[in-house]
Amino acid sequence: MSTTRRTKQLAATAVAAALGVTALAGCGSSDTSDSGSGSEKSSGSKTVTLVSHDSFNASKDVLKEFTEQTGYTVKVLKSGDAGVALNQEILTKGSPRGDVFFGVDNTLLSRALGSGLFTPYAAKGIDQVASDTQLDAAEHRVTPIDTGDICVNYDKKYFADKKLAPPQSFEDLTKPAYKNLLVTENAQTSSPGLGFLLGTVATYGEKGYQDYWKKLKSNGVKVVDGWEQAYNEEFSGSAGGKKAKADRPLVVSYASSPPVEVLYAKPQPTAAPTGVATGTCFRQIEFAGLLSGAKNEAGGKALLDFLISKRFQEDMPLNMFVNPVTKGAKLPELFTKFGATVDRPTTVAPDKISKNREQWVQSWSSLVVK
Amino acid sequence: MALPVAFFALFFAYPVTAIVGRGLKADGVWQFGRIGEVLTRPDIRDVLWFTTWQALASTALTLLIALPGAYVFARFDFPGKQLLRAVVTVPFVLPTVVVGTAFLALVGRGGFMDELWGVRLDTTVWAILLAHVFFNYAVVVRTVGGLWSQLDPRQEEAARVLGAGRFAAWRRVTLPALAPAVAAAALMVFLFTFTSFGVVQILGGPGYATLEVEIYRQTAQLLALPTAAVLTLVQFAAVGAILAVHAWTVRRRETALKLVDPAQTARRPRGAAQWALLCGVLLSVLVLILLPLGVLVERSLATPGGHGLDYYRALGSVDAGGGTFLVAPLEAVWNSIQYALVATAIALVVGGLAAAALTRRTGRLVRGFDALLMLPLGVSAVTVGFGFLITLDKPPLDLRTSWILVPLAQALVGVPFVVRTMLPVLRAVDGRLREAAAVLGASPLRAWREVDLPLVRRALLVAAGFAFAVSLGEFGATVFIARPDRPTLPVAVARLLGRAGELNYGQAMALSTLLMVVCAVSLLLLERIRTDRSGEF
Repeated sequence: MSTTRRTKQLAATAVAAALGVTALAGCGSSDTSDSGSGSEKSSGSKTVTLVSHDSFNASKDVLKEFTEQTGYTVKVLKSGDAGVALNQEILTKGSPRGDVFFGVDNTLLSRALGSGLFTPYAAKGIDQVASDTQLDAAEHRVTPIDTGDICVNYDKKYFADKKLAPPQSFEDLTKPAYKNLLVTENAQTSSPGLGFLLGTVATYGEKGYQDYWKKLKSNGVKVVDGWEQAYNEEFSGSAGGKKAKADRPLVVSYASSPPVEVLYAKPQPTAAPTGVATGTCFRQIEFAGLLSGAKNEAGGKALLDFLISKRFQEDMPLNMFVNPVTKGAKLPELFTKFGATVDRPTTVAPDKISKNREQWVQSWSSLVVK
Repeated sequence: MALPVAFFALFFAYPVTAIVGRGLKADGVWQFGRIGEVLTRPDIRDVLWFTTWQALASTALTLLIALPGAYVFARFDFPGKQLLRAVVTVPFVLPTVVVGTAFLALVGRGGFMDELWGVRLDTTVWAILLAHVFFNYAVVVRTVGGLWSQLDPRQEEAARVLGAGRFAAWRRVTLPALAPAVAAAALMVFLFTFTSFGVVQILGGPGYATLEVEIYRQTAQLLALPTAAVLTLVQFAAVGAILAVHAWTVRRRETALKLVDPAQTARRPRGAAQWALLCGVLLSVLVLILLPLGVLVERSLATPGGHGLDYYRALGSVDAGGGTFLVAPLEAVWNSIQYALVATAIALVVGGLAAAALTRRTGRLVRGFDALLMLPLGVSAVTVGFGFLITLDKPPLDLRTSWILVPLAQALVGVPFVVRTMLPVLRAVDGRLREAAAVLGASPLRAWREVDLPLVRRALLVAAGFAFAVSLGEFGATVFIARPDRPTLPVAVARLLGRAGELNYGQAMALSTLLMVVCAVSLLLLERIRTDRSGEF
């Protein structure tokens, strides 16, 4: 390249170039500013902000109904997966980005409560919420919103072709008939992976679970990093798995995955392509809470009331594929027809999880991953 | 210089320092002892060791496979060359969620290698290494090939006339001229693979973790800020060292090379050996790059009732059965383009001013600033994202819930590309032309318009294109802040992949294909307006 020359006016070049592109930026931003936060802030008290994880969804109609009932408009902020979203809230404690946080589950509940994230509030209608989901019933710092079960799913076609009965329990998974069939997620990084591990701890105890995993390992369990890889790349029963010529007919997923397979197929089949091993389930309960330091506390309280109202609870299953917690909230036909009923899911108390999670995951990882 | 310094201080240095400080301070007292504690932990040492050796191996493999490619693209003329050069750059800007899926089709079960030779590499370190080649092929082809195409072949011919053998001539004439470019490319590849995140997570499986993966895990999952802070400092130190060496090699390259128009150096291949080389390179591009990309396209078209455009059509409607989005996924394309345009504008202003300042001044401080501008390429998105949250939280700068945060985060990654592209061109503008214009009575603005603009216009466009493509594909920082009603393309793909069901999977593939096409088109446009003085990327 030719020799470098110092010039006095190059800054002028850059400034002028900058002016040109600022004009461009102007057009760009005028298009996006309609959703900007500036204007909404000024009318602050009429907007209530819900902070959540990526999986939060609600239909437009139901959010509109909330506005009609209360006069508040909901603004939703999603940030990453459940763990990330919660940690961000903990970091910004006292100066929260929103008014209500939705998406703390029972595996992370103690961390959230321990950090003093929430202002206690007993939502209207809390007496109608299933009592076994009310893990903070004494103080109401959090309100249960939904439950979901992490369970082993199976590829119906594979087991029909092989004339083999699909496994039903944790114990079944260690049998020779199911060797090299199961794929699960990394308990260190994935919440279904952690849930499955906790299910085995609940079933076999704090000592026995390690032996169980030793057996599972010698029976050829495969561990991948996230749900997406496990379900879309390794599991032969999913749409993605079929395209990827996946060869594992058992995967750790959710009890609601089969209805989802039906809903998002065109044309919709008369039976789900996948089933649920109902004896392998770990129950997740998701909570919402009013953030300490919320700018719009009244709006936040109204939103919490609304989240456990029948209207929202019945809208939720088809948007987030979880079960309602409010008594009398009806499940959509898709769930009752294609979903599994989990009668006796396993569970572990939040305190116990928070005290031991690191250690359990650590031993699991040195046993199974390394 | 004030604006770029302020920009970096506010949107990079301040948030990152704050989050690191949060981890290393307890009750207002710095706890530097934690550094030693963390670094002596065996699991952390494993991570450091794996990060380093896989980056070295990836760099070596990339050079081995891509250097012949650089030669072929520089010296041979063949039909479709421009298109192919744009296409090999596409992986570089694709989000890793997508690439991981595509790559598994090459090395995974039932993949290309499995069908041909029964070889499966998924969850082995080979999958990671090959994916790194896939990602960084273009870095070598563009950095080394760009220079190679401008080296005068007559110099080598002259050496041969004077009696040197073919190899000796190459070794004495061409190699020394190329060496700094090769070193620069190698260091960039090393930087990108050292900080690799998605590739390692998806292809390596849970047995492998790089420093970047560990920082993410410690910050986002465990909220173990002290450990994350120490690891961030280690990554800083490593990246700083890489950049220092990089800056040194680049400076060496900028001296005393006589360059010619690339159009004069490229010609049709002659003789069996050259044809074989060309075919070999084309074959490796086909297998390593086109095939994984092709799989994406195929999957986006493979509907249950045979191949068709069903998934693309579905992208246009707000999903009937229950909303993954509040808007049709197709709108994510438009959102992404808007965000990327704003990010490009910011990157051009900041990067352009920085490049101008770097051209005007010299000295150690300025060189340090040069390296600092590159730092965002090597700092993990989660660190920046969490840093934003705890620093930009007070009026007038409470940007945490504002849309502007997305283009700001994207611009941080775009600026280094702008600086690196603009710098060589700006340095080459002859000041005497402008002085002459001034003597003839032109106003400074007129002088700028008549003299500088025509000279830097193409470089500016190239820089803009790169910043645009990189912004389009940025995922890590965006995922923290993208609003649900305005998801970007990579965020939309990730959301679709995060849910069961055939239609979701198909739409994810279709959206990825669209992202690929948008990137390829913007890069192809770049090829057409490429400056003769190629930048460093």
